Amino acid sequence: MSVRLTDITEDMVAEDQIRFPRVFSMTLKEKAIRTLVMGGGTLILLYGLNRFGFFSDKFWGSLGKLWTMFGQMFPPTGWDQIDIFAHAIGETLAMAIIGSLIGGILALPFACMASKNLMPIRPIQFSFRRFADVLRSADYLIWGLVFVRALGLGPVSGIMAIIIIDTGILITLYSEALENIDRKPIDGIKASGGGRLQVLRFGVMPQVLPVLLSNALYMFESNTRAATILGIVGAGGIGFLLSDNLRAFEFSNACTIILMIIAVVYVIDYMSKKLRERFIHGDRVSQGHDRPMERVARKMNE
Amino acid sequence: MAFEDTKMDIATHFELARADYLGRKRMYLVIFWVGFVAFVALAVWHSGFNIFEVIKGLPRTNEFIVKMYSAIRLDHFWEDLAEWYWGFTDWLDALIVSLLMAFMATVIGTTVGGALSFFASRNLARHYATYFVTRRMLEIARTVPDIVWALIFIYPFGVGPLAGILALIIHTTGAQGKLFAEVNENIDHKAIEGIRASGGNWYEEIRFAVLPQVMPNFISYTFWRLALNVQAATVMGFVGAGGIGHELITAVKLLYFLDAGAILLMIICTVFMIDMSSEKLRHWIIGKETLVGS
Repeated sequence: MSVRLTDITEDMVAEDQIRFPRVFSMTLKEKAIRTLVMGGGTLILLYGLNRFGFFSDKFWGSLGKLWTMFGQMFPPTGWDQIDIFAHAIGETLAMAIIGSLIGGILALPFACMASKNLMPIRPIQFSFRRFADVLRSADYLIWGLVFVRALGLGPVSGIMAIIIIDTGILITLYSEALENIDRKPIDGIKASGGGRLQVLRFGVMPQVLPVLLSNALYMFESNTRAATILGIVGAGGIGFLLSDNLRAFEFSNACTIILMIIAVVYVIDYMSKKLRERFIHGDRVSQGHDRPMERVARKMNE
Repeated sequence: MAFEDTKMDIATHFELARADYLGRKRMYLVIFWVGFVAFVALAVWHSGFNIFEVIKGLPRTNEFIVKMYSAIRLDHFWEDLAEWYWGFTDWLDALIVSLLMAFMATVIGTTVGGALSFFASRNLARHYATYFVTRRMLEIARTVPDIVWALIFIYPFGVGPLAGILALIIHTTGAQGKLFAEVNENIDHKAIEGIRASGGNWYEEIRFAVLPQVMPNFISYTFWRLALNVQAATVMGFVGAGGIGHELITAVKLLYFLDAGAILLMIICTVFMIDMSSEKLRHWIIGKETLVGS
């Protein structure tokens, strides 16, 4: 019953086309929906392009101006202020570290309340989830603005903004991790007479800790990026110097700062990746040379 | 007897190796915690973060929020709401501008980034130089935050949504290009070989072998990016790059706390709804087709 490709005739294809119409083309309804979505999207796009001046003559003139501006950016200058820039970069990193640390710890109790298996009362669990969604709905800069008004200019406001967003996102991520745990170790500890605290310590923690740490590190990367821009609203970090220099048309100084930001973000991403690989995913303890039993076996073979 | 000795030997060896292992593990742990605490202490010292100062300041945040929302009395709810949202039409218009910015940037950025992603994947790019240059360009576009791009574009394009859209387009292109390239690198190569064997060129390989495999992932990432871009578009106005952010920062600067609260509520509701529906759509799409590499 095997048909070779060269044996297939036009008639067989035509016959199949009648028998299985869905394989050969979309239904009329699918086609209509597709055309409607595509057409509507294109219309909105064209309206926007027209409204915001992409088709105006000014646009092309501005592109030339942009080119001149990039020319002014190089070579980067401002090396006499490098200690000020470095201080601000340090402040940025400090904000990200403190914000991520506090946010990462603060999210844990909320996440327990927001996960279905640890919080049996559904309305409470649900409202904690939505609370987390509300916290992360406003951008870093919006929270930064709010805290600058309340706590004053400086890195403390930026740290508070980072804590709020970090907590909001981590509640969701943590509670998802908590919901995905295996019940068997918990049952085992309960069966051997463990209390609620022991269930958490020996049944839940070993399972979720790597996932929690991995998520917290991921958020640290994201927070570092945010900390570079929070200064734009006066909430500390390098962003203030950057926006200041750009607004004063000191493009070559701004270029130095942008290069520094890129370097810092690269380094943090790289370090975080290495940390994750070494301590979380590829548990270093389980690598051959550190296993006691394997070492004994090797010694006996010699 | 000899057998017994060997057994003893195993046990001693094991105990020694275990003690050695535990000792080393403890040492690593101590080094890690000392380093970690020193790092955090340095950060606290450098930023001047003082927890007591924050606790002392937090009631002021509360006061600020109460000031923002003090307009509503329960017995005149609707009248107060109408008065509170006195500038609703203006704010709605600004909000629509923000949404439009996000939509346009997502469409254009995803198209450009998607096209570039094929040159930026190690397995699809024909020359290493193409791969290297495209990848680095995408990384720079992604690493520089979108609001910084907006600050750059304000000078040539002037104050207004145009600079914000261009900033979002650049950032979206970089982010989507890099994510899509990673998806492309995880595909099944059999389909490409099939197209190549039947005489297809590079374009046909992409169109008929790669695209069908990666499309569900691309669409899922695009909805996610749309939600992120809506959030980013709400703050573009902070630097003068259009949208609702401009209304918010003006209200805060002029100390119109009631207006600020009203606008803030609008922003949070919009982002919240877009976020929810984009997640629903993504789950629906992922449920329909299996994803590459997962």
